[in-house]
Amino acid sequence: MAVTALWLVKLRNLFAVVMLTGIYSLFAAALYVVMDAVDVAFTEAAVGAGISTVLMLGTLSLTTEHEKPHKKPPLMALVLVLLTGGILVYGTFDMPRYGDINAPIHQHVGNRYVEKSGDEVGPPNIVTSVLASYRGYDTLGETAVVFTAAVGVLVIIGRSKGSWRPTSEKVRRRRDDEKDETSNAQQPEDTSS
Amino acid sequence: MMIEKVLLRVIAKLLIPLILLFGLYVQFHGDFGPGGGFQAGVIFAVAFILYALVFGIDMARGVISAGFSRALLASGVLVYGGTGVVTMLLGGEYLSYNVLAETVHGAQHIGIFVVELGVGMTVAGAMITIFYTFSGHARNALPFRRGKGKHIDAPAPPLKIEEDR
Repeated sequence: MAVTALWLVKLRNLFAVVMLTGIYSLFAAALYVVMDAVDVAFTEAAVGAGISTVLMLGTLSLTTEHEKPHKKPPLMALVLVLLTGGILVYGTFDMPRYGDINAPIHQHVGNRYVEKSGDEVGPPNIVTSVLASYRGYDTLGETAVVFTAAVGVLVIIGRSKGSWRPTSEKVRRRRDDEKDETSNAQQPEDTSS
Repeated sequence: MMIEKVLLRVIAKLLIPLILLFGLYVQFHGDFGPGGGFQAGVIFAVAFILYALVFGIDMARGVISAGFSRALLASGVLVYGGTGVVTMLLGGEYLSYNVLAETVHGAQHIGIFVVELGVGMTVAGAMITIFYTFSGHARNALPFRRGKGKHIDAPAPPLKIEEDR
């Protein structure tokens, strides 16, 4: 997993980067299975390794496959990344050990969910009852986030047959289209260079 | 578009019903096993995206139109939010499922079922919508049309295969 991450930093071919990101997601999913978080692993495998790879490839088909080469290594960015990473690693020193019974996460409401969700809600999968029943508002918010993301994509790069786009822009685009078509028809080899 | 690739076409046709079935299983079995609305929505969308990848985006638009995927996206949120409104109309608080049926477990089951369905619809609609939007651009590269759309019609660059010595 760490090897994949380091390799990702080194690669410059974006197609390979996308593929490696998917592989990294699969490793992460396996890690979650080891940690007994099957639901999270499921999500990681479906979303991280599946859909997002396809969407990244779609993005690549719109842009280019190769990263623009840097003239010199950006020093300031390196310092910033190292600093942030250092702070994050420092932050993990305070965290309880994995599976520690005295960790706050095992002392707070978690126990109540584990003990009472069978009586109070019903489904044997506690994750479902927490997500949909105890934290219903939370999941509503998440759904709204997904909705907003899709609407954002539509607003930014969505095509519009409708009339909300100003007429001047439509006219300009049509003119561009016609210009492109005529230039393509006249000099087909010119555009392919 | 890979209309001429028989193997891909056959395998995809065999796989897509299974993927759809698995999506439904994950959606409605989420109370008992791993899974739920989010995962099911993604798996459901993957079936259509696979179809679009193999058979071309136009065929996929014939199966699920862009308008339908947007309607799915919006109605999922409405189903979720509407559940809360229904519970309020029945005299409870927002999203307190216990008023939906006689017994607590039955009511919770109905509530979770409907809410997860809403999540699944939203996620599937979002994924299909985003994929359609991207692929629509790949075909005629709308906002980035100046000079950038030319690589779409060009044939794919040949794979660099190192020759054996």
